[in-house]
Amino acid sequence: MAVTLEDVEKVAYLARLKLSGEKGRFISQLNRILDYIAQLEELDTGGVPPTSHVLPLKNVFREDEARPSVPREELMANAPAEHMGYFKVPRAIE
Amino acid sequence: MEYEAVIGLEVHVQLLTESKMFCGCSAKFGAEPNTQACPVCLGFPGVLPVLNRKAVEFAIRMALAVEGEVQPFCVFARKSYFYPDLPKGYQISQYELPLCIGGYIEIETDGGKKRVGITRIHLEEDAGKLVHEEAYVEAGTSLFDGNRCGVPLLEIVSEPDIRNPKEAHDYLVRLRQLVMYLGICDGNMEEGSIRCDANVSVRPKGSKELGTKTEVKNMNSFRNVQRALEAEISRQIRVLEAGGKIEQETLLWDPEREVVEPMRSKEFAHDYRYFPDPDLVPLYIENEWIEKVRSELPELPWRRKERFVAELGLPEYDSEVLTSERETADYFEDVVASGVPPKAASNWVMGEVLRVLKEERVGMDAFRKRIGPDRLAELIKLVQAGTVSGSIAKKVFEEMRTDPSSPKEIVEKKGLAQISDEVELSRIVDDVLSEHPQEVERYRAGKVQLLGFFVGQVMKKTRGKANPKLVNRLIREKLG
Repeated sequence: MAVTLEDVEKVAYLARLKLSGEKGRFISQLNRILDYIAQLEELDTGGVPPTSHVLPLKNVFREDEARPSVPREELMANAPAEHMGYFKVPRAIE
Repeated sequence: MEYEAVIGLEVHVQLLTESKMFCGCSAKFGAEPNTQACPVCLGFPGVLPVLNRKAVEFAIRMALAVEGEVQPFCVFARKSYFYPDLPKGYQISQYELPLCIGGYIEIETDGGKKRVGITRIHLEEDAGKLVHEEAYVEAGTSLFDGNRCGVPLLEIVSEPDIRNPKEAHDYLVRLRQLVMYLGICDGNMEEGSIRCDANVSVRPKGSKELGTKTEVKNMNSFRNVQRALEAEISRQIRVLEAGGKIEQETLLWDPEREVVEPMRSKEFAHDYRYFPDPDLVPLYIENEWIEKVRSELPELPWRRKERFVAELGLPEYDSEVLTSERETADYFEDVVASGVPPKAASNWVMGEVLRVLKEERVGMDAFRKRIGPDRLAELIKLVQAGTVSGSIAKKVFEEMRTDPSSPKEIVEKKGLAQISDEVELSRIVDDVLSEHPQEVERYRAGKVQLLGFFVGQVMKKTRGKANPKLVNRLIREKLG
């Protein structure tokens, strides 16, 4: 199942990436990655549970205690635009 | 042709934790915008979320209460989408390995009890709030408030077992009652603590196949859910009757205009690319934890209702009203525990107590501090002992709302021990007069000495507690 131009465009759209002339390059690079992954299919993984994490850790919790949040000025220091304590963003509905 | 609807509900319940799901920001509603947010919940680069233990415990509580299966192993997943209410670009949720699978919620239908199956229950974080329409929003912009980002939610997905809007409504009422009993949600619909989306399709009645479904969102009250579903079901039937096809789409309910309309949000790509969140380690829920939570579960509302009927001999109706909220049922049981017969306690709680709660718009906790169950019990006992009449007791109760003295003290202070209630005495006088038609005739014929006889009869009936002046006047008026 080879990657097509449509696939590249769809993935770019989902990630909100604007691609110009390099689409062809991504088609071949993505195909190389998939070919590499396809080697794994030679293994019989029928009895192996899917790996979700590689760290030998489980059940890391914090207790339910509220602490003061970050001051709003700091939180918004890098925001391109703000208004009345809100982050200002391009209109999200039509 | 006759149609039937097939409805499944996705309900989001905001968990009653102090802090958010993955950071220590307060989860309280109503703060100034962006004052309860931090780099973790706003998804700044390089931060690490850490799971709130309480949120997991609450989820286990819910799973056990609906008799679902708590999964021994579950994983948090990233649900990717770009929308400005979610700065991270993904929502932390659970996908292939949710916390609970299965279970049911029972509702009452015309055809008897019906179990609505639960497909799954999982934990996820809430998104932030966008403001579009207020006057202070500049043209071409939306405003983002991150306070709600990362607030813990429980998503409860039902099986498509619901057949009409009424059942959907009743399912939600039960669900809300349950999460409030469990103490995991405040149940506040106005503040969005419970939100409901529905998947709806219609099919010819009796058919086994499913029609194309639509998703209806933005139904923020029980009433809206019922009306939105009614509107969507009739819309689908109209389309099919006209020979059209149902489009699979997401619709928003507009409560003002009472119509469902396609969502206006831009660019919702339904390609969420779920994958395990590498920042959150897997969750192994051990049996000991499950059993501990189980042992701490409160008595569930429907069990309590059955017990009120079976053990306390209350009518179904009383039991339903009293158990609708846990605090009400607790209060009632405390009154009974103070030595009052259940039916008498029920009448007072359902009548006077619930009336005051409604009138003053206060919660049971606040009321309990003013009129505790022991004080109400003392008042009811005064009635039972005949110290005061029922209607006098209601007056005493009114005093108790502002006077912390004991009912007995109030009765003494206000001289209420004798019966001075005109309506009640008038009724007794009427009884006496109708029981003695011959004496009435003789009195009217001029034998006014019989007045004393009538007063004596009233006193006998009231065991001497009637106000004699009032009785005299009433008899004169009635015979005059």
